[in-house]
Amino acid sequence: MKTKFLASVGIIAVAAAALTGCSAGSESSGSSKASCTNKIVNADAPQVSVWAWYPAFEEVVDVFNNSHDDVQVCWTNAGQGNDEYTKFSTSIESKSGAPDVIQLESEVLSSFSIRNALVDLTEFGANDVKDKYTEGSWKDASSGDAVYAIPVDGGPMGMLYRQDLFEAAGIAVPTTWAEFATAAAALKASGSDGVLVNFPTNGRAFNQALFAQAGSVPFVYDSTKPTDIGIDVNDQGAKDVLDYWNGLVQDGLVTTDDAFTADYNTSLVDGTYAVYLAAAWGPGYLQGLSDADENAVWAVAPLPQWDAANPVQVNWGGSTFAVTSQAGDKDLSAEVAMGLFGTDESWKIGVEKGALFPSYKPMLDSDYFANLEYPFFGGQQINKDVFLNAAAGYAGATFSPFQNYAYDQLTEELYSMVQGEQDGSQALDDLQDSLVTYATEQGFTVTK
Amino acid sequence: MALTELAPPPAPAKPRPTRRPRRQIDRMDRKRQRWGWLFVAPFALVFVTFLVAPLAYAFWMSLQTSTLATGTSFTWFANYAKAFTDPIFLEGLGRVASFALIMIPAQMIVALVAALVLDNLSTALSKFSRLMIFVPYAIPVVIGALMWGFLYSPRFGPATDIFGLVGLAAPDFLSQGTIFASLVNIVTWQWAGYYMIIIYAALRGIDPAIYEAARLDGANGRQIALRVKVPMISSSMVMVLIFALIGTLQFFTEPQVLRAVAQGAIPVSYTPNMYAYSLAFSYSQFNYASAISFALGIVVFAGSYLFLFLTRKQSGLK
Repeated sequence: MKTKFLASVGIIAVAAAALTGCSAGSESSGSSKASCTNKIVNADAPQVSVWAWYPAFEEVVDVFNNSHDDVQVCWTNAGQGNDEYTKFSTSIESKSGAPDVIQLESEVLSSFSIRNALVDLTEFGANDVKDKYTEGSWKDASSGDAVYAIPVDGGPMGMLYRQDLFEAAGIAVPTTWAEFATAAAALKASGSDGVLVNFPTNGRAFNQALFAQAGSVPFVYDSTKPTDIGIDVNDQGAKDVLDYWNGLVQDGLVTTDDAFTADYNTSLVDGTYAVYLAAAWGPGYLQGLSDADENAVWAVAPLPQWDAANPVQVNWGGSTFAVTSQAGDKDLSAEVAMGLFGTDESWKIGVEKGALFPSYKPMLDSDYFANLEYPFFGGQQINKDVFLNAAAGYAGATFSPFQNYAYDQLTEELYSMVQGEQDGSQALDDLQDSLVTYATEQGFTVTK
Repeated sequence: MALTELAPPPAPAKPRPTRRPRRQIDRMDRKRQRWGWLFVAPFALVFVTFLVAPLAYAFWMSLQTSTLATGTSFTWFANYAKAFTDPIFLEGLGRVASFALIMIPAQMIVALVAALVLDNLSTALSKFSRLMIFVPYAIPVVIGALMWGFLYSPRFGPATDIFGLVGLAAPDFLSQGTIFASLVNIVTWQWAGYYMIIIYAALRGIDPAIYEAARLDGANGRQIALRVKVPMISSSMVMVLIFALIGTLQFFTEPQVLRAVAQGAIPVSYTPNMYAYSLAFSYSQFNYASAISFALGIVVFAGSYLFLFLTRKQSGLK
């Protein structure tokens, strides 16, 4: 009887240990020995865990591990964009479970640095590698004197267009937005089933980049004064841009499908949209889509300008490597963040297999990259023709520490605009009000 | 209870000479109780670890206020005061309330009619039909919503072709004006089969002699259905309603999945649950999200309690 009783107690104790065991086992700050996607070459060296989302990243990790005896990278693909941020955000809140090094888009760096989730890399030698990266991408990754991440890739913008559709409708390639509007009307008049371009209300960083081209500077923020923020999303430049697009929408010259849905992807490749206003990673995205029209002839031209005499280059997207404050060994983690995409060898993989556009100057300046011919664009040297120039002209941007909220609000305002409920100016005024209210509620001192 | 009242009053027993036997019984009881605890323990452990403890932690979190710029402070019930005056939360509650008004009757009517028809059929087709109506419930909610996303799509969906046959333009099922009806359709499709099975089982439990008696009294098929069958299964109907009510107030998965293809028509705060989700995971407002969740819990609890109280006669609780 007694042995039976003890046996039962034993079983329950084991069950209890199994249930609660997981929380006890993985307390080893950020550097938990999670299962790596990649192979560890040098098993004796300390490991640094990395979250990154490119499938082609595996080879980049191999290159790094093969050339390092002092540290090894343990890579996990924790999802792209918001999927990964949700996990990271939860590990910040629970104070465990974050990786040592994490890939983040530059637009969310402030959102995480304000929660003390990222390490300022200046004391780990970040400024020594500053010269290797473009000025714009370095500004995106830093705030004031602090550097929160090492840039990886960027998204200088250009215009991908269907040469065959343009020729069929007799349209010249537009170089200014005025010509662009004329081309949209001409395509419609030619009896085409499709439209010149799509204006997605959920474009987020895409819409913001269009505003920036007209001089809009939505946020002023410096992490050394974390409670002060300047919000100016409804300046005249942004209003002019939005009124321009709303005009095209209300005239039925452009569609307003949500971006990155199955419908949108199909429209991109079957000729419904004759133009894809894209970042430099756009060609890679486009080639990855299935069901493409086999007769499609794609080409790349610079993004149309407001003032052809004074062109303004803008950027859409781009990612970085940041070291989290949960990192076990911050020195080694910083070494990984700076080293992963810090060599020509890894960048060749990134360019050829990952379709990345480097923020890494030695690669940008190389003849190899400039002369690269893209079979998808009929052998056009798209970097030399368009994107290198766009990248060189990009001066950097500042994002708010509540960028997700700002984007969600922007989407709602743009949607109600294309529904005809308000004009562009009203949409941006409402956006300004809601962001100022939110920032004040969150304890910021707001200046315009 | 009734039996003990009928039992004769206990005879005035003489005090027992010793108290040992009673103590023995006590000890045996306690021994049994100990075993009882042991049997309950595995459940209790999981229950406490995965429900009670997280709830307590969430409640503790909801009593604090954190802002991005100024950090966290303990503010007692300020978050709740904010929640019940937050226009976004109240708007979401209003939205699920109007969903409840449309969606629950729609599901009930479909389920009831299907159950009544199946109850009357005795052909080989009835088993097949029963299965077919139930099948949508067997599909995971996320998969169902994704599938409907494609069916609603202007490009991939069948609507364009069907409307094209008669020369009409198909409606856009994912626009601001139609998204409400589109969501009602998904939920009804998903749940009506499940409710149908519950109602059907209740119908099967009725003694057929009652139908015979009704028929002898001159009732026709429709009268038997509405005047005999429906009142006799009212307790099952109330149960179904409670399920539907709680499910609707916590409406989350379908709009969250459809949002991927209709971000404008379905804002992040479309329902209170979605609002709590985005507050926590997109805006890192974990404290306010906890408060919103508890506030929603209070509303769900009050709503279901009120409903059960009002229908206590039909549900057989009284």
